[in-house]
Amino acid sequence: MENRIIEKQNMDVFVNNLINSDAEVVGAKRKDGKYAFGKLADATELCLDYDLALYPPKSYLLPPKETLIKFELGEELEAEPVVEAERVILFGVHPYDIKAIELLDVAFSGTNPDINYLSRRAKVTIIGIDCLNPNPNAFCASLGTATTDTGFDLMLTDIGASYVVAIGSSEGEELLGKYAVTREATQSELVQRDEQRQKALAKYKVALSMSAEDLPELLDKSWDSPVFKEKSEKCLSCGSCVMVCPTCFCFDVQDDIALNLKQGERYRQWDGCMLVDFALVAGGENFRRDSETRFRHRMYRKGKYLWERYGKLGCVGCGRCASACLAEIASPAETFNTLKEERRQHD
Amino acid sequence: MISQAIPEASIYQPRPAKLIRTEAIAEREKLFEFEFRDGGELGHKPGQFVEISLFGIGEMPNSISSSPTKNCSFELAVRNVGNVTSALHGLTEGSTVGIRGPFGNGFPIDKLKGNDILIVAGGIGLFPLRSLINYVLDKRSDFGRLMILSGSRTPQERMFVSELEKWQERRDMELLETVDRGDEKWTGNVGVVTTLFPKVDIDPQNTFAITVGPPVMYKFVVAECKKKAIADEQILLSLERRMKCGVGKCGHCQINGVYVCQEGPVFSYAEIRKLEEAI
Repeated sequence: MENRIIEKQNMDVFVNNLINSDAEVVGAKRKDGKYAFGKLADATELCLDYDLALYPPKSYLLPPKETLIKFELGEELEAEPVVEAERVILFGVHPYDIKAIELLDVAFSGTNPDINYLSRRAKVTIIGIDCLNPNPNAFCASLGTATTDTGFDLMLTDIGASYVVAIGSSEGEELLGKYAVTREATQSELVQRDEQRQKALAKYKVALSMSAEDLPELLDKSWDSPVFKEKSEKCLSCGSCVMVCPTCFCFDVQDDIALNLKQGERYRQWDGCMLVDFALVAGGENFRRDSETRFRHRMYRKGKYLWERYGKLGCVGCGRCASACLAEIASPAETFNTLKEERRQHD
Repeated sequence: MISQAIPEASIYQPRPAKLIRTEAIAEREKLFEFEFRDGGELGHKPGQFVEISLFGIGEMPNSISSSPTKNCSFELAVRNVGNVTSALHGLTEGSTVGIRGPFGNGFPIDKLKGNDILIVAGGIGLFPLRSLINYVLDKRSDFGRLMILSGSRTPQERMFVSELEKWQERRDMELLETVDRGDEKWTGNVGVVTTLFPKVDIDPQNTFAITVGPPVMYKFVVAECKKKAIADEQILLSLERRMKCGVGKCGHCQINGVYVCQEGPVFSYAEIRKLEEAI
């Protein structure tokens, strides 16, 4: 992988050049003492040293609400699929969020490729940045998602006076050539990058007490653990944990019709397995009626189900759920570590 | 950046189908026969389901009640329990709906061939089973004995009564019926569907038991099948879940890591006995 250098004083120029191109540039901006991804109007709005954005950049691939079909009722039914996709450059995406997008890519392609997701995805460019100031709830280091070698067009690392830029795709290379002032990276600068990454890894306060690959097996043996009941008794079933999750992609589909009862649209919107009616069917049967079963389902989806289905973990350790959860029960690391401890005592 | 090609069509786009016939089945249940506006066939297998759209109201999964041996058109039997079903019940012949599918695996016809078939239907579980029953009757020589155990809550809630009567008269199949609660006219068996099991003699080696009914029924039916020494691999169940998208994305139908709309809805007991929350 080729590496270039952008001097810090040249970064604003790169960002502003991108803003003035045909693409929408999205990056982390300050919001009430926290950070949120949003459209950039100027490079000065962009934060590259943020710890965690409130929401993942998932919205640009799978919007919270997205029209799938527009229809018109009449003699003949007219229903046309709607596919909306704009050029978006996601600027400053952390490796864990890139890993989450890699999972979404697999989930929305495969045997039933989703035209809405994939059309957006094809128009999204990802400029990553290594996270050097991890959030106190994050545990990416122990999941192997604190850094990434894949899934980006460009990857930045802050080494003090400049950024090392790893080129991940020809598209990234082209953007760099067209819009940025760069120079070749020296060997010493690449060493500095490794040092910065190592230093960041040591800053994580939460860690999984086992290898991520051991999670499916641990969960295989933990179905009857009392931890699910204990924790879920505090659950408000508010769904905050799944709404802020970068790997959650479940959705509901509904129709909306105009007051003239003619034109309407079918849309999908984020849904979550922690919400009480998620598994409810007509006739009143609810297959995960109590919060314990929903809580356990979420944990298993994060640590086992998605791994077995897509070969990727359903949790990237970003810490958003733990930050959002009012009951302070959502952190997968905490539950997984408790299960591990239970198992250790059992064996 | 992403190697996956963008598909040409949307997996969420239904095909317009015309309602060509309706028939009352019971108080809350009605049969709907459809034909695709484009003249094409559904091309389904017994046990599969479709997503039916009434634009402006919504979309819902529903099992297919007709056999694929019936040409061109297809039938859905629907109980009126929600917004979409209620709107569907109000439709008149000639109306257009949207159909996606067929989805799911359906019953494993190839495995069933040459074997005896013991069907256990509870209530409107008969809706998807009717597709299989009529398939077997249309290809009678491909299968061994056909036995049906059918349970309804009350005599008024028996589904497809005229068909039940025809099946009762046929000599190439056996039908036993029961109701949970009888009335003054009912002279048949009273009790839940499992009370019919002692009344059939089967050869467990060559029998597949196939059951569809309310979720509560399955554990009891499986226990009866096991009493008859039917192997777990030969006990087949169709599981109900909320199959919202039908294409393995939306997550609503998940049982553990299994997407019922993709790997199911038909499972052998061997496949699900260790699948927590399945039955």
